[in-house]
Amino acid sequence: MGKALQLLPASASDKALLARLEEEAGTSAKLCYQCGKCSAGCPVGFAMDNTPRQVIRLLQLGLLNEALDAQSIWICASCETCSARCPRGVDIAALMDALRREALKQGRINDKKVAVFNQAFLSGVKKFGRTYEAGLLMQHNLLTGQLFKDAELGLPMMKRGKLSILPEKIKGRDQIKKIFDRVKEQGGE
Amino acid sequence: MKMAYYPGCSLDGSAMEYGLSTKRTAEILGVELVEIEDWNCCGATSGHNTDKLLSLALPARNLAIAEQTGLDVLAPCAACYSRFRNTEHVVRHDPQIREKIENVIEMEYKASNDTLSILELLVNKLGTDKIAAKVTASLKGMKAACYYGCLLVRPREHTGFDDDEDPQSMDKVVQALGAMTVDWPHKTECCGAALATSRPDVGKKMIYEVIKNAKAAGAECMVTACPLCMMNLDMRQAAVEKEYKTDLQMPVYYVTELLAIACGDAPRKVGVERHFVEAESYLASLPAKAAAIEAEEAARAAAKAAKSPKARKAAADEGASAPATAETAGGPAAAAKPAAAPEGASPDGDLEKKINAMIKGLQKNPEKMALKLIADEERAAILAEIIKSDEKKVAKLAELMISDKDKAGKAADAYVAGELKKRAK
Repeated sequence: MGKALQLLPASASDKALLARLEEEAGTSAKLCYQCGKCSAGCPVGFAMDNTPRQVIRLLQLGLLNEALDAQSIWICASCETCSARCPRGVDIAALMDALRREALKQGRINDKKVAVFNQAFLSGVKKFGRTYEAGLLMQHNLLTGQLFKDAELGLPMMKRGKLSILPEKIKGRDQIKKIFDRVKEQGGE
Repeated sequence: MKMAYYPGCSLDGSAMEYGLSTKRTAEILGVELVEIEDWNCCGATSGHNTDKLLSLALPARNLAIAEQTGLDVLAPCAACYSRFRNTEHVVRHDPQIREKIENVIEMEYKASNDTLSILELLVNKLGTDKIAAKVTASLKGMKAACYYGCLLVRPREHTGFDDDEDPQSMDKVVQALGAMTVDWPHKTECCGAALATSRPDVGKKMIYEVIKNAKAAGAECMVTACPLCMMNLDMRQAAVEKEYKTDLQMPVYYVTELLAIACGDAPRKVGVERHFVEAESYLASLPAKAAAIEAEEAARAAAKAAKSPKARKAAADEGASAPATAETAGGPAAAAKPAAAPEGASPDGDLEKKINAMIKGLQKNPEKMALKLIADEERAAILAEIIKSDEKKVAKLAELMISDKDKAGKAADAYVAGELKKRAK
């Protein structure tokens, strides 16, 4: 971290946001006693700016902005090792998930590559009802400006019949589109 | 047994071997799979990273369709399985969100059916005895690291069929197929999943750690039940080798591929030739490895028998004709005693004489004897060198040549393969 923070009582809006995130995650950050077991076992901890324990500490202190701006929430691979091992039963992975979605909603994305991948993935699902692997690779590369990334995968995959150029479409595509639309109406996506 | 089948997007594309071999596994074990009509993508990690309701609604549409058939669902992909179990859990415990989901998908859904992973089906529903009974081409000689990854066993409240730190179900299946599994610390460590695409700097290190640890534990191959793990461990292995300037050469198999192969399928029938890391030759090397293990087992049993008072007495009775080495359990002749030592001193002594004669023959004319065991001249020459330099191997070969010529050939093959590997390094 290395940054000095002035601790003030959390604002009412921050408190409300934390309560909402905790409800969505079905867990409470207050239970955490900062033992650090989550972070010792985190397989991506090495690449994080704030370890999972530190992210939970930020929440406990009401520093919601700092938590939402942490790169960690985008690097988290959702492997759930932290939640499985927490001696206090805090579902850390679910809080990471809730933070990620909130950051996305507020448009404060600290790791664009992950968000772009998710967007590309879901746009294929919305259009065709299934993952469009070839389209996903291409769209992801276009949006992140890395045209030839994973080229060592694409061609050999095609040769082995593992990547079809055309998307597979389901019959109920209109149903899938409706699912996306209704979720959006409810304030999501 | 009849089950609704949810292949998921990968099993039609990048993980087509998993799809092929899951179908073969079901056929072999008598499970009828009925594909869910017009199924859609489960949304995977991108779904729950983006919106909670969406991440529940996409799986729920599939599960609701399956529920109408009254069947439990088989979801071989670990990511789909995880999303399905999560949706079932939420729908069962939160009536409010269940109503929301039903409104979004315009279908009734009560989560009255269960989603099973392939491991749960194999171990808990069918049982390893049933699997072992179908094995016709044992995988003996294989040393495998069973890799469960994250989503099959976590979180325990949703999955619950195995331990989330040291799971055993895949190990049991692979052992039932005749292979040996290694105990290793990275069984449930994350491979990085989609990070390998979105953040390769992070993902490659995670993949490297997993494969490196499997290797360090003595594994010669890895086994998985997840298309994303396979994509990272197999397809990206070359990139990881390049990044870390190392030679991993670790073949990776789906557990269903191994099952079909051990039950008599040709590896190509389930798509093993489509792997990125060449995986056919390791399978082909198993019979020779198995023969070497059997020879070792026989030698060990013989050594044990030689230590027993009865055998000692027999050896002492034969003392006059048997060479001195027979008296010490560690000597080549003693090690070469057959596993099932015949009762009584006299046949035992006869056999020992024959073996000793064979050892002498081998040592006197290694080149000629090697050609008897291996037709290929180059490989026979290597075997001859082994015969000249390794007394223990000579003893084993001699014993096998008398008890079972076929096995002797296989053991000789294994020795040469081992030597070649050593030289390659």
